[in-house]
Amino acid sequence: MRRQSGEVFGVISEFRKHPGQAALMALISLFLFIFLVVPVVQVVFVAFLDAGTGEFTLLNFKDFFNTALFRESFWNSIYVGVMSVVLASAFAMPLAYFTSRFEFRGAVIIQGLGIIPLIMPPFVGAVAMMMLFGRNGSVNLLLEEYFGINIPFMEGLNGVIFVESLHYFPFILINLSAALHNIDRAMEESAQNLGCSGLRLYRRIVLPLAMPGYMAGASLVFLKVFDDLGTPLLLNVNSMLAPQAYLRIASIGIKDPMGYVISVILVVIALASMWLATLALRGKDYATVQKGGGGLAKRRMRPIEMAFAWVIVVFIMALVLAPHFGLTLLSFGTIWSYSVVPDAFTLNHFRAIFAETPEYMTNTVLYSGLAALIDVVLGTAIAYIVLRTKLAGRQWLDYLAMSAVAIPGLVIGIGYLRAFYDIEVPGLGGQAFGTWWVAIVIALAIRRLPYALRACSAALQQVSVSLEESAESLGANKMKTVYRIVVPLMAGGILAGFVTSFATAAVELGMTLMLVSKHSDGPLAYGIYVYMQSAAGRGPGAALGIFAVLVVGLCTFLSHLFVDRRQRKLGMTQAK
Amino acid sequence: MTTSQQQAGRATAVGVTIENVNLSFGKTHVLKGIDLKIEPGEFFAFLGPSGCGKTTLLRLIAGFETAQSGRVVIGGSDVAHLPPWRRNVGMVFQSYALWPHMTVRKNVAFGLEERRVPRAEINRRVDAALETVGLKEYADRRPSQLSGGQQQRVALARTIVIEPQVLLLDEPLSNLDAKLRVQMRRELRQLQRKLSLTTIFVTHDQEEANTTSDRIAVIDNGIVQQVGSPTELYDNPANLFVANFLGVANVVPGAVASEAGRLVFKSDDGAVRVPIGETGRAASHIVFRPQNLLIRPADAPVPERMTRLAGTVDHAEFLGGVVRYRVAVGGHFVLVDAAHQRGEGAMGEGAPVNLFLNDDLIIGLTQ
Repeated sequence: MRRQSGEVFGVISEFRKHPGQAALMALISLFLFIFLVVPVVQVVFVAFLDAGTGEFTLLNFKDFFNTALFRESFWNSIYVGVMSVVLASAFAMPLAYFTSRFEFRGAVIIQGLGIIPLIMPPFVGAVAMMMLFGRNGSVNLLLEEYFGINIPFMEGLNGVIFVESLHYFPFILINLSAALHNIDRAMEESAQNLGCSGLRLYRRIVLPLAMPGYMAGASLVFLKVFDDLGTPLLLNVNSMLAPQAYLRIASIGIKDPMGYVISVILVVIALASMWLATLALRGKDYATVQKGGGGLAKRRMRPIEMAFAWVIVVFIMALVLAPHFGLTLLSFGTIWSYSVVPDAFTLNHFRAIFAETPEYMTNTVLYSGLAALIDVVLGTAIAYIVLRTKLAGRQWLDYLAMSAVAIPGLVIGIGYLRAFYDIEVPGLGGQAFGTWWVAIVIALAIRRLPYALRACSAALQQVSVSLEESAESLGANKMKTVYRIVVPLMAGGILAGFVTSFATAAVELGMTLMLVSKHSDGPLAYGIYVYMQSAAGRGPGAALGIFAVLVVGLCTFLSHLFVDRRQRKLGMTQAK
Repeated sequence: MTTSQQQAGRATAVGVTIENVNLSFGKTHVLKGIDLKIEPGEFFAFLGPSGCGKTTLLRLIAGFETAQSGRVVIGGSDVAHLPPWRRNVGMVFQSYALWPHMTVRKNVAFGLEERRVPRAEINRRVDAALETVGLKEYADRRPSQLSGGQQQRVALARTIVIEPQVLLLDEPLSNLDAKLRVQMRRELRQLQRKLSLTTIFVTHDQEEANTTSDRIAVIDNGIVQQVGSPTELYDNPANLFVANFLGVANVVPGAVASEAGRLVFKSDDGAVRVPIGETGRAASHIVFRPQNLLIRPADAPVPERMTRLAGTVDHAEFLGGVVRYRVAVGGHFVLVDAAHQRGEGAMGEGAPVNLFLNDDLIIGLTQ
């Protein structure tokens, strides 16, 4: 007992000793509580509430599973998630194999392939893929003309699977390549020494050792696909969970419990897939690189192998670039219907978006800029509290901020609507907070906080504590030390965090779709979605899409640049 | 590899012959005309500093490297065109390379499974191998649950269970702590005797090579400098590299001159003058070991029939059993070991001393 009270006293005195730090932590916790915990808990709460009586009930879930459409949507979502992982693996595995096993000139291209899809969210290219691979798309028109066949690439769920796996296979490629690279060469050689070779060697040694990396990538792909709202909506596939949730709320209203039930199911499945992945990986963190050997032994390809590899790489590259290519054609094309390419080309769509709806772009810059700013301020503060103070519960603050990763944007959006629809913003004449544009900014900030927080934590971890201690011993107080020493040294990481948050916030659709109450408040993703819904809007929608790709691409490039240059300048090397 | 061949390999050890092997990585010439003949059942060490090519040579025998020219003959047949998995040469890797996703038993059974040995026989032989290395009760553990020494034994069991023609050990003791290293090298030696298995051991540690091996090839800069038993190498080094690499040596450069019908080696500054036998006529250096000298205060009586070198103590280090003096003789520093007796103080710095050298123990070298 005495020891316990001593601990409690210690905790309290730690807060007393550093009132500034404690106040900061309390403030951040409050912010996260109001804008993350309350909306999400609200969603869960409503899912278990009887809409009529307001009492606790499981009826809503029973209703869900008794409705044929919801059951179908549930299985469709699972099916699309699993099949996307399968197809994404089919894209990623040969590429990872070529780069890890052979001296292959295409390795640089493969690295590029790993980034290109990520700078465009799948829904942006979805309509363009329809134009290229749909029943009357370019590819099928050509196939019909020359071979008399029509392949249903984009029919129903196929289209979602195709588009999603093309966009998300880099997660598997990157993780799998890293895992293969981390296998000590001696692991392979000792198996050869004992008589094992070829495919058996791959099956018995290499694949099991690379499994953790593969699993990490695969679970990420599943999560992303499972939560995605924009792609199925734009491909007109409504019998999946995320579209159902959106459509229920959008058409019936925020009082209808089904949207909440679906949200809870989305979160539960997301958590379950993360948990399964961790479970599958437990005790299998094979960090096998030891001195003397890095990566698998690479050998030169025979000419026939080389030709085969190039065919596959070029094929996958063509697929990966297809959405970008199609989007470009759409944005410059006049009419594109029942033809391989558009009838003629024009700049009108770009003129249109700048003349008619410039607010989509200005809103995006405003919202994403503010959200990213909030993110790096919060990220720096949380990183500092976690890594540099001894405040009790600081680790929980980190967990709390990171937990946004598991919450689909759609669910956060629904939560905001529900939690804040009847809270009026003072001085704006009855403007509800839930439909105010500032809510979009805060929601974006909450959703992208994990990215910024990881970047800031990594940056702070590289700043040696002794640098701060020497400033303090020379007379600077904590505030001054943070301001003059810590933040300047973290600048590269903070900037990278800002850019990542900005770029990902700029193309967030699920959440903004829920929260935008009028067109003039809409950001890019919203604009693309609205335009793409009508055949006439595809051109301007694609032009907005091109704009989005350029913004995200530029941001990705800048973030690499900042981190690299900063580290080189300061002579800091990334801890490996 | 058929079972009968494997059994034959077990029954009669095979030799390994390396003929005029040259190997380059790009522009770096790593192995330069290596010729070696390793006898059947011999415990043979490749000894040399890091980067000398010894590991490359071992990997060449295992089939992981390809030589630009020359032959590797194991048990009478040229293995140049055999991939590693057809060579029946067992290699223990420096990092042990135990597969973390398999239990100890699975690791050890791996090579037998690859040879399509019947399950019952696999079980029997795996048990026997684990018994041999004293790890039978650890069969169901994962490698990560074992200590460094135990991992080393598993790696050894995994290799000997396939009854290889030749056992290759790549710095097998370098990841163990000092005490365990001494114990393991003794065990390695005993195991090798028991299996009478031709064994090649790569190390940069002369003590390891000396204590385990029948013969040693000292390798430097991709060239075999000398081959011989540990004592041959120590007592009759072929060149300065071998003399310096095995043990501590005093090396004095100079030239041989004829004085009054006798051959005398004189250092360049004349401070060291020692008689030298006919075999040392062309010597450009002389080598002698610190324990070959006696050190006496300048005023002590002079022993008979020994060459005297006068000098002053520059520095003394107490190493426990001996005191190692660094004595300035003219422009040279000579290391001298004196056995330490309890209560005896070392001679102080600057003390004038006489060093006495037994002429018979001086080695003359031409390079």
